[in-house]
This record gives sequence, C-alpha cells and structure tokens, in this order.
Amino acid sequence: MRMVCKISLATSAALIALGLSAFAEKVGSMKSDAGITEAYRAYAIHECNALVISTRALARALTAGNLDQAKRLYLSTRMAYERIEPIAEALGSLDPDIDGRDGDVPAAQWRGFHRIERILWTGKESETLQTYTTRLLDDVTLLRAKLDNVEITIPALALGAVDLLNEVATSKITGEEERYSHTDLYDFAANVEGARKIFDLLEPRVKAKDPALAAATEANFQKVSQALDRYKKGSDYALYMSLSTADTKTLAQAVDALADPLSKVAALMGAAK
Amino acid sequence: MKAGALAGRRLAALLAPFVAGVAVGAVVTFVLPRPSSAGSEGTVPFYGEHQAGIATPSQSFAFVAAFDLTTNSRNDLRELMKRWTLIAARLTAGTDEQSVSGSPLSPPSDTGETFGYEPCRLTVTFGAGPSLFDGRFGLSSLRPAALVDLPPFLGDRLRPELSNGDLGVQICADDTQVAFHALRELVRAARGLAVLRWSQQGFRPTPEANAGHQTARNLQGFKDGTLNVDSSDASLMNTVVWADGSDGTLWMKGGSYLVFRRIRMHIEVWDRSSLHDQENTIGRHKETGAPLGSSRESDTLPLFVGQQGSPVIPEDAHVRLAHGDGSEQILRRPYSFANGIDPRTGELDAGLLFICFQRDPREQFIPIQERLAKSDALNEYIAHVGSAIFACFPGTRKGGYIGETLLN
Repeated sequence: MRMVCKISLATSAALIALGLSAFAEKVGSMKSDAGITEAYRAYAIHECNALVISTRALARALTAGNLDQAKRLYLSTRMAYERIEPIAEALGSLDPDIDGRDGDVPAAQWRGFHRIERILWTGKESETLQTYTTRLLDDVTLLRAKLDNVEITIPALALGAVDLLNEVATSKITGEEERYSHTDLYDFAANVEGARKIFDLLEPRVKAKDPALAAATEANFQKVSQALDRYKKGSDYALYMSLSTADTKTLAQAVDALADPLSKVAALMGAAK
Repeated sequence: MKAGALAGRRLAALLAPFVAGVAVGAVVTFVLPRPSSAGSEGTVPFYGEHQAGIATPSQSFAFVAAFDLTTNSRNDLRELMKRWTLIAARLTAGTDEQSVSGSPLSPPSDTGETFGYEPCRLTVTFGAGPSLFDGRFGLSSLRPAALVDLPPFLGDRLRPELSNGDLGVQICADDTQVAFHALRELVRAARGLAVLRWSQQGFRPTPEANAGHQTARNLQGFKDGTLNVDSSDASLMNTVVWADGSDGTLWMKGGSYLVFRRIRMHIEVWDRSSLHDQENTIGRHKETGAPLGSSRESDTLPLFVGQQGSPVIPEDAHVRLAHGDGSEQILRRPYSFANGIDPRTGELDAGLLFICFQRDPREQFIPIQERLAKSDALNEYIAHVGSAIFACFPGTRKGGYIGETLLN
C-alpha cells in the first residue's frame, strides 16, 4: 500500500495521461487511507488539468475575438473548477483569486472567473478581458502545481463533500454565484459531481460502519440528480432566470436533504475541522 | 358580490348605532382604568438626558423600523417629531390617557390593541439617518461627521428594502403586541409626512425562559454578549456610548449612534457542522460560553497563549476578531429574528438583528466590522443582508420633543 501511495504521488500526472480513472477505482476499493486520498488526488489532478486546458482555450477564443465560443468555454472551465473547489479552498488565497465574487474581495484585488464573467456578459471594461484571462491561467496553473503535494486526509475529504453542498445551498441556488451569466445550475451540477466523487471513494467504509447511512446518502444523491436532470438538456442546464421560486425551493430542499446525511458521513470519518 | 353592494352594507352597519338614537357628532369617550397593581418596574421613563432604549436593559421583543419622509418641509419634520414624542411618551408611560375619544364616526384615536395592558417596559428610540441631511430640509451643514455612510464591507449582500432610511425607530418591550402597537401608532401619526421603508421584528429569551439569567443565546446556540459594555456603568457609557458636544456636533450631546445590521444565518448549514467546528468558529464553548481553553464564561479570552505558542482560540475565530486589541467597544443590543422561510430555498429565514450603540462608528463599529468581514470564520455561515445607521437624538424634558436640538 505504501508503495502504491508513493507511486501515485510521484507519477500521478503521468498516470492521468494514461487513463487514470480505472486505476483510481482500483486504489479506492483497497480501502486504505492512502488509497482513498490518492485516488482523490488523481481525480483532482484530472479535473485541474482539464481546467488549465480549458482556460487556455478560453484565452485563445478571446484572442480570436470569438465571444460566443468564449462564453461556452467559460461554462466548461467553471465546471472543472467547481468539482474540486474544496481542495482550492484549502490552498489559502487561491479560491478568492480564482472564484471571488464582486464584493467578496477588496475591489483592487478582484479577478478570476467572475470578473471575466462580468466582462463577457455585460461588456463592461472589455479592454481588461485579456489581462484577467491571462491572470486566471496563471492562477489555475499554480493550483495545478500545488495539487501534487497538497495534504489530503480522509476527514478533510468528507468535510469537503459537505462544503460543496453547502455552497450549492447558500449561493448557487439563490443565483448569487453567476450573477451576470445566470449559469448557476452548471456550478450546482459540478459541485454535486465533486461531492459524489468523494462519497463514491468513501462509500465502502461508510457501508461497513453504518449501512443505513450509506443507503440514505446514496438515495439522496439520486434524488438530487433526478431533481437537477429536469433542468438539463444534453450537456446544458437551464439558466437561473428561467427557474421559478418553486423550482429553486425543490432543488434547495433536495440538497439540504442530502447534505445532512453527508455531514454524518463526515462525522463517521472522524471529521472535525 | 359586487363592490357596490358591499359598500352599501358597510355603510348601513356604520349608521346602525345612530338609528338607535345616538346623535351624530356626539363625542364618545371610553377611559379604561389602569390596574392598580401596575408597578413602576413595568415602565421605563421616557423623558431624560438620554433617550430610553439604549442604556435600558434589553427587553424581550423589538421592532426596528425606518421611515422615509414624503415632505421636504422642515416644519413638517418638526411636526412629525412632536407628534411622535407625545405618542411615545403616552405609550411608554402606559397611563390613564389610554382612551378612545372622538366621534363614533371617526376612527378611534388609539388603535386599541393594548387597552388595559401594561406598558411592559416599552421604549421608543428615534434616530436620524444620513439621508435626512441630503439638503431636502436644509440640514446639510448639521450632519454629524460621525454619521457616515457605512462603507461597503467584504461579503455584504445588502438588500435596499431592508436598509437605510431618513428616520429610524427602535421599539422594544417585554411584549410583542405592546411593541407592535407603538409602531402602528407611529405609522398612523406619520401619514402624509413619512412612510415606512422597512420594519423588522426581533426577539430575545424572556426572563421566564432564561430563569437562570444566563447571557442570552443567539440562534446559533451560543451565548452572545458576554463581553458587552455594562450599561449601568455611567462613566463607561460616557466614554463608549454617549456622544458629547466636544465630539464636534453640539446637537448630538447626550445622543448616540445606532448601527443596525440584519445578519441572515444559514442555520441549516450551521446545524450540520460539528460541535468542534462551531466552537472553533466562535472561539467559545457552546454550553458554558467559556473561551476555548477555559472553564468559566467570565474568564478572559486567552488570545495568545497555548501549547508551543499557538493560539488556543483560532486566528479566525469570531470572538478573537471582534475583540481585536480591546480598544474598540460598542454597546450591543441585538435581537434574533425568524421571518418565515426564504421562498427561494425553503430554508428558515432567521438570524440576528445586530444593533449596537456608540459614540463614533468610525472608531468603533466600522473597524470591528472591517476585521470581521475580512477574516471571520463565521462568514461561512452568515450574510449581512440589511444595514442602517442612525444618529439617535439626545433625550428631552416634558414639554420638549425628541429632535429639538437639531430642528429648533
């Protein structure tokens, strides 16, 4: 086991290129702490690589003046980030740099996705678009570099899953996250996918200790997915503005119903921030 | 039923008493005797050097409201403050003047929902918002320097319909209906001169519930107010709370600056976080209120001690940041709120109506809140959604009116 861990630490990036998901699943099923945390690292690296590549494509689309394509790329880039947000949050100022909203950080320091979002969807200060895109590319590249060595623990992972859902419940479902593009449901879906990945890795342990909790969590994950699927068409989600308060209420309550058992999973995994 | 038919019936009902022989135009007065058992502990004096409701120990319920003036006349503003003063004096005294008087054809002079009731320590506290000094009333030059527009704080989610206002009123009592009655009478008296901009309702544990007189707990379940300023300490109140003529605004001598923040708590998220996380977020133990690492609530915050020099109370804990170096003090008079559900999420719309008083917000509330907004671990669980600042006038004597030092 220790060997597996070392291998994955040293070569995770290369393994991803070779198709890591099968490997990660295998490690996860071994149920050692390192097996689980390294499988998650592999997942995070996979998503972060996609994030870097997609941000680069976004920069190219802007250079080419293709705003429609840039908007599409904004969505997929966001989703890669939102799946692994807890790990960025653990890395100091990276989350506010990458994902800070207007008013969350001092005005002079505001950059990242939402600054770009405002420019793309409102046209405001469009001359700064290139600057902020380059800056975002630097920030996500830095995030990627840090993933190789960031400490990941089982309790932190379990809490990270709950945090992802808390994010959904407090900002995505109120339309506060993507206030210019109204693409909050994309973030919502990505947050749930990120939480789901963590639960999948922990599930064998949860099942062994508390099968009823594992079943309740699983059932509520499915309910959230079903609730979300109603607003999905192909790979696209409905814009926040098209949702009624009854829609958002149903979604939020499904998320709350999932987050509560998931927080018990965190407790079961010895999590206490 | 047609509208006309309804109107006809209502008119008939109104006229019925006169058919029975009461002359139109007669003045009918009902005076309700006040129970003789009413003790002075149930009333808070309205008149005095300072307005009541600031140094007054917190009552159990509150309405905080803001009004916008619909007139540009300073005379009207003066008239409004005179009317309000008389109403507040009458209701807080809970006196023999509780009466219905006037023609049966007129609406009753008092709305009536507290006839025969005790005043329940009712206080009514009035203040002026920054917008009162915008030039409509020729008061621009009298705006106190300390009555600043609050700066935007990081993470603010302020909603205009819950914020600001020309005039602010804090109404507190040990009974919700008594407090509401005062609000209602003020709104009625303002008709044509000012309109309600917002009204928000709060509560604290009653003495019946909190028989042990613990520091009141807020909706996060933590004791809130352990290190509060002792409002019975007159010299401390002079230093921390009461404005002085030497502060630069003569008309505010004896007044105080109220800062209001409506703080929504994401209690669903809070309730699924571990006890350990909750206690580290606040910096105190949940059950006892003792600072982390201590056993008694009254123990001083061990801000910099700990094993290997690391702090027992985390760097981003709420109490540590609120306390700072201890140089900024405020008198806190908060109330919890529970306002049904958030229609967007179905979650409880609950939290804290944070109310504090001070001599100068620039030196007191603002630096504290800047620290909290930047780093407080609690920010993950809360959002500031409403905000207001009011210069609460000095008190007045019988025959005078609240606001006279500004408006005369």
